[in-house]
Amino acid sequence: MLPYVFRRLLQAIPILLAVAALIFVLFSVIPGNFATSQMADGRSNIDAATIARMNEQFGLNDPLPLRFAKYVGGLATFDLGDSFRTRQPVTNLIGERLWPSLQLALAAMFFAIVIGVPLGFLAALKPGSWVDMFSMVFAVSGLSLPMFWLGLLLMYFFALTLNWFPSFGYGDGDPRYIVLPAIALGVSPLALLARTSRAAVLEILHADFVRTARAKGASAYRVMRWHVARNALVIVLTTLGLQFGSVLGQAVVVEKLFAWPGLGSLLVDSVTWRDIPAVQGCILTIVLFFLVVNIAVDVLCAVVDPRIKYS
Amino acid sequence: MKKLAFTTALTFAAFTLQAQAQEPRRGGTIRFTAPYGASFVSNDSHVSNQIQDEIYGYALHGMLYKWDAKNSKPVLDIAKSVEVSADGKTYTYKLRDEALFHNGRKLTADDVIWSYTRIMDGSKNYPGARYVARIVGATEVQKGQAKEISGLKKIDDSTFSMTLTDKADPGYFLFQAQTAILPAKEAQAAGFFDKPIGLGPFKFVEHVPGSRMVFERWEKYYLAGKPYADKLVISPMGEAAARDVAFRNKEVDVSILGSTQYVAYKADPNLSKGILEVAEVFTRNMGMNPTFKPFSDKRVRQAINYAIDSELIIKRLVRDKAYRAASWLPLSSPAFDKDAKPYAFDPEKAKKLLVEAGYPDGFEFEWVATPNESWGVPIVEATIPMLAKVGIKVKVKPVETSALGGVVVGGDFQAYIWSNTSGPDTLTALKCFHSSTPRSSCNYTTFKNAGYDKLIDDASNEADPAKQLDLLKKANALLQEEAPVWFFNYNKAVLAYQPWLHGLQPNSTELALQRYEDLWVDTTSPAAK
Repeated sequence: MLPYVFRRLLQAIPILLAVAALIFVLFSVIPGNFATSQMADGRSNIDAATIARMNEQFGLNDPLPLRFAKYVGGLATFDLGDSFRTRQPVTNLIGERLWPSLQLALAAMFFAIVIGVPLGFLAALKPGSWVDMFSMVFAVSGLSLPMFWLGLLLMYFFALTLNWFPSFGYGDGDPRYIVLPAIALGVSPLALLARTSRAAVLEILHADFVRTARAKGASAYRVMRWHVARNALVIVLTTLGLQFGSVLGQAVVVEKLFAWPGLGSLLVDSVTWRDIPAVQGCILTIVLFFLVVNIAVDVLCAVVDPRIKYS
Repeated sequence: MKKLAFTTALTFAAFTLQAQAQEPRRGGTIRFTAPYGASFVSNDSHVSNQIQDEIYGYALHGMLYKWDAKNSKPVLDIAKSVEVSADGKTYTYKLRDEALFHNGRKLTADDVIWSYTRIMDGSKNYPGARYVARIVGATEVQKGQAKEISGLKKIDDSTFSMTLTDKADPGYFLFQAQTAILPAKEAQAAGFFDKPIGLGPFKFVEHVPGSRMVFERWEKYYLAGKPYADKLVISPMGEAAARDVAFRNKEVDVSILGSTQYVAYKADPNLSKGILEVAEVFTRNMGMNPTFKPFSDKRVRQAINYAIDSELIIKRLVRDKAYRAASWLPLSSPAFDKDAKPYAFDPEKAKKLLVEAGYPDGFEFEWVATPNESWGVPIVEATIPMLAKVGIKVKVKPVETSALGGVVVGGDFQAYIWSNTSGPDTLTALKCFHSSTPRSSCNYTTFKNAGYDKLIDDASNEADPAKQLDLLKKANALLQEEAPVWFFNYNKAVLAYQPWLHGLQPNSTELALQRYEDLWVDTTSPAAK
């Protein structure tokens, strides 16, 4: 297993480099740069000399391949460069924002798992029932609701109307602050988990080995516990991994809306100000997180289902 | 219409301030919002030129001057007196004896000189450099040709002199947080900006990036008895809808309103009681590039101004959250001519001017615009049918907000729409249309008019303030006549505040910038204790 994990980690390197190259190219073709973006509010007149000095200072006058080579050289020593905007190392900025983002991602996935998976199982066990109808309507709605709108709806209902939770902010350990952003972020993975779980359980319930187990007189509990749940878990885990990995990227909207101090809001600010090193750092961190989570899920799948072998 | 708007704005502000004239109370927490999208850049106010960062900078720092919102002029902040030389270029300041940094150390002239020298560090490109560059010898430091700014002289620990490159009132450019005075020795220590100290009314407590900045009262602030609040929490909240919920839920004490919220708040019997409106020093305009042939003709530029029903757009689209613009200078400018009439909506006159200019069948142009709801694509789209009626076709070229500056400075446009600062310093604002000002500075339309240049030059050299004002009024009137831009509107900034918050100031330079030492909360605030 260990060689497999090591190989997967090595495979992540070209992926990260490809992502870094893509961002470099994209930011070189879209209009605007850090210096001119400073004028966006119409208040600041930045003269040509200052713009030229800034471009020189940030190495923006260098040819793209040279800039990329310098960046990759930095990556080799875990140096993500300095932010144009804050003049601080990008690793520091990411370090400040990573934990709040992980908190939010974990809370959102916890919400999605504890509701989504049982909902999907229940729906599959009673197909056509009101539980099934409800779970599927919920799943379709959850997947189609815009996150921004959902977040606002939660604010209006649970903060303004019921006054159960604060509408924004980071409470430093006060769990009430994380509830609304976690729900806003967790509804989409919840819906997908519910749908996937239902489909997986339904398929397994009709499998030959389940019929055989029942024919051999296994109890309903044993069939569910040892045959259905265990097999469905592999499919659920795979979905979970994909969702867990991407939730950090999806947090952009939610973090801005709820003034949550995570990577998402840092990424938005950095894109707005054309702060290329910070954008690179944020995206690479999110991609790395995605890759690591998915490797972990593959390992977990092998633990749950001994038939899965990685050679 | 314009006079009515001006009178209404002043009356409203006066009424609001009068209503707040109660005995200030000590204690409680002020919960402020920073509404302009992004997180605070860092704990170093020299690094950012964004209003968002000035919002916290006003709590933490002292500057040489501060903006007196009630009288709309700069006044001394950390200095107690200033003497001006006969040629109007050298200013000698006496610093306040009672001005102490948050570590208790007394402010000295060395701190001021070091701070300005730091801002001019050419390798850092601090945005405040454009202000400090007006001191003799500052640009030499920026270029690495000198280590000290020759125009700054320490006379004793509490006194220094400052010589400017041209005759100007330094108050207009040394009140921003980008020119904050830092403690020279302490600021050079490693980790200083993890917990920065300044001279302002509040001491830094913590910064949770993207979420909040927290301050507590500086007990030895130079203004005895101030600030009133024990604590100040500033939360960056860029999403207007989220801010609205937080405000209605009484979690924050203020909120800057957009045009949609402005209508809703005005219609609400309770919320409408806590609204502060100010004509800010921003002019929304469509700049026309004279290298695009039709726009080189004054008559065409005037025709554009006549062809667009600006008042209708302000009423319907901007929801009256703006004042109709007559010329460049805003309502709050001392050189604003209260009798000047804006271009009337007169399509027939526009057609006639186009015929005279040789465009009887009109022409087509490309208009660069951002998505901004108050001065972007929605506004351009509203003008399209109006301009079409006089034969002018418009092709919209949308760009992202952060790219607009680059497009305009690069001259890569036929027309653009923007909101540009038009104050508070009248002379500086009008110099943007002087032919010697390059496009890359602020003459975005590369306006060139010998008569205008002379008026500005004469105003620059005029010692008598009344005569100077008269010259500037004439220049502003000439600008209206020449119409290098479509004069759309002056921004009306609107701040909603909770009934328990008092001491707000009608700051025309930017309403979100408040002097926190003057704010206080009464006992009805949820954060009164």
